[in-house]
Amino acid sequence: MRDLRLPDPRSCIAATPAVRDLPIAVQGLRFESGGKTLLDVPELTIDAAGPTMILGPNGAGKSVLVRLLHGLLEPAAGQITLAGRRPDRAARIRQAMVFQRPVLLRRSVAGNLHYVLRIRGVPRAERRSRVRDLLAHGDLAGKGHQPARSLSGGEEQRLALLRALAASPEILFLDEPTSSLDPAATQRIEALILGAARAGTKVIMVTHDLGQARRLGQEILFLNAGRVEEQTPAARFFPRPASAAARAFVDGQLLV
Amino acid sequence: MQDFASSLDRSIGLIISGDAELWAIVLLSLRVSLSAVVIAAVIGMPLGAALAVARFPGRQVLIVLLNALMGLPPVVVGLLLYLMLSNAGPLGMLQLLYTPTAMILAQVVLVMPIIAALSRQVVETLDREYSEQLRSFGLSRLGSVPTLLWDGRFSLLTAFLAGFGRAIAEVGAVMIVGGNINHVTRVMTTTIALETSKGNLALALALGTILIVLAIAVNAATSLMGGTARRLAHA
Repeated sequence: MRDLRLPDPRSCIAATPAVRDLPIAVQGLRFESGGKTLLDVPELTIDAAGPTMILGPNGAGKSVLVRLLHGLLEPAAGQITLAGRRPDRAARIRQAMVFQRPVLLRRSVAGNLHYVLRIRGVPRAERRSRVRDLLAHGDLAGKGHQPARSLSGGEEQRLALLRALAASPEILFLDEPTSSLDPAATQRIEALILGAARAGTKVIMVTHDLGQARRLGQEILFLNAGRVEEQTPAARFFPRPASAAARAFVDGQLLV
Repeated sequence: MQDFASSLDRSIGLIISGDAELWAIVLLSLRVSLSAVVIAAVIGMPLGAALAVARFPGRQVLIVLLNALMGLPPVVVGLLLYLMLSNAGPLGMLQLLYTPTAMILAQVVLVMPIIAALSRQVVETLDREYSEQLRSFGLSRLGSVPTLLWDGRFSLLTAFLAGFGRAIAEVGAVMIVGGNINHVTRVMTTTIALETSKGNLALALALGTILIVLAIAVNAATSLMGGTARRLAHA
């Protein structure tokens, strides 16, 4: 008789020690493209323990900000430090990112997880059981051998999230991971994100869904037109946003 | 016309009866061309992939050059290699002229640009989709080459088969560096050229038939692979 006990999420996704790379500090950060300044952040510190939600209308610079923080884009000016140090390769691989449209490798579902564990140097013997635990954790247990790209939209994004969590990142960036998913699929993604956050991973997530920001956020970073308009604990942001732009956004007015 | 009919008749006889001379020629052709394509792929695929992901000054020039090399005339390759391998040439001491090895070498030179250029296209397309995710994994540009090659494996098979099609059908290069010596360096294409001019149409037609069947088989395999690739990888 096999042991049917559910895997403890901590055992498979996050043996994360205290996050070494916080606070994330930004100084004079600017990003330009095609002669236009898309993001201009003179100063910003992200240190809160819980999830930080980056809110704002389209084109506010939310995606650019997380890509800069994760090191996918090079800033035109300014610098980012993690716990006072310039981010090096070692710090970068303690991070992971989930994109709006999941980029799954042309391999099996399990193959996608094996891949990340292998490039992170997890020994072969250990990989197999880690992959099994991860699949169970993400409710994909029966689908390990299936081609990753034959999954449904919700399952694809769940796999992308599991793959990001596979190496127990200290900081997890998410760029509107649920924007094209239905409520049920969104809920399962949110549960996984909350689980990771509780296990100690610092979550920094872009969304334009106010409900989602309210459900997950500990801290809100509100961006508009390439600037950080305000950074407030979620409990304070939603009843009374400080900036006019955020008030308009929360009240459901269109920002143009 | 009667001449043609009887030649065709005898050529079919040659194929069916398993004529030893005929099959020795077919086997040598396959050995030379398959070896050449495997070597060309081992060099050309990583090279094409590296060219797809690397960013350096002169990259565009190199890509244009590589694409131009796809159309390299076989006789010119044969001639240049002949000059290198002949006794007076810089590689003369290797004594490779008029050996199957020289023929393999010639076909590698001929096929490598094709495989590299096609691989470059395949990998560049795939990289557009993968690059952000692979960077997020912490891979450098060149470090992502193995992943891109593996994930592009079905499309790369097409490049491999295109290279094989070019090698097996080529006459000029193997003729010049191989010398078309009976039982040593005589392959299908060079034998067809020789036997036709000698008027031995039966053997020429038999080899021609086998060559056409091979060409069709390679093409069928290519399109079949494409379909399988899309089905398996949902690309």
